[in-house]
Amino acid sequence: MSNRRPYVRSMDGWWKRDPYFIRYMAREVTALLVAAYAVVLLAGLVRLSQGEAAFNGWLQYLKTPWMLVFHLIALATFVYHTWSWFKIMPKTMPIMFVGGKRVQPGTITGTGLAAAVVACLAVLFIVGGMHP
Amino acid sequence: MKRSNEPIFWSLFGAGGMLAALIGPALVFITGIAVPHGLIFAPDTMSYANMHAFAQNWVGKIFLFAVVALFMWHAAHRIAILAHDLGVHAHTATKVVCYGLALLGTLVAAYALLGIA
Repeated sequence: MSNRRPYVRSMDGWWKRDPYFIRYMAREVTALLVAAYAVVLLAGLVRLSQGEAAFNGWLQYLKTPWMLVFHLIALATFVYHTWSWFKIMPKTMPIMFVGGKRVQPGTITGTGLAAAVVACLAVLFIVGGMHP
Repeated sequence: MKRSNEPIFWSLFGAGGMLAALIGPALVFITGIAVPHGLIFAPDTMSYANMHAFAQNWVGKIFLFAVVALFMWHAAHRIAILAHDLGVHAHTATKVVCYGLALLGTLVAAYALLGIA
């Protein structure tokens, strides 16, 4: 048996030490809500394949206050995901050149966010137009 | 040298993240807030008849499958990294659980969609 007890610095709460780490962690944590929302949709798909009564049960469940609270939190999280996804995109994508000049990080983020706004509006209009 | 399987999972992560970033907020607003609570859209927007017709169509099937499966692969990749960041050092086990659940969700989604004829 050894009496040696080497000092090991604790890593607990390492991400609270720096605002950069906090932003990193906030970005990663959005995945929990993305997963939960995917599970809600998957439950809907399974219920849809089981027939009208099963699917109506799922629709009723969506009307409960808990599911409203869940979706409000999910909406805020998805908006943050969109924002952070394009915010880090200049670092995650290969360096791009247009006309021999490097595309600026702000341009990449701005273009991505604009694309997201257009895509979201398109989805809202398509769904609204399908069953007016 | 053993080839890394990382590019496959990273591609799925990236595709899911991009899809979620582009249309995620609109989807959550429509399916979780507006339609169930009778805002803006017609009350029958997500009725059984409408959703069944949508899922019967191949375009609808592919869309629903892409959203559910890619969101899950995206989340699985991040949650596996999150576990590591929070001090879970069983890397292989973490990946097997996270990617395994994403694969299970993908198969269930495919099975449900193929069952809607």
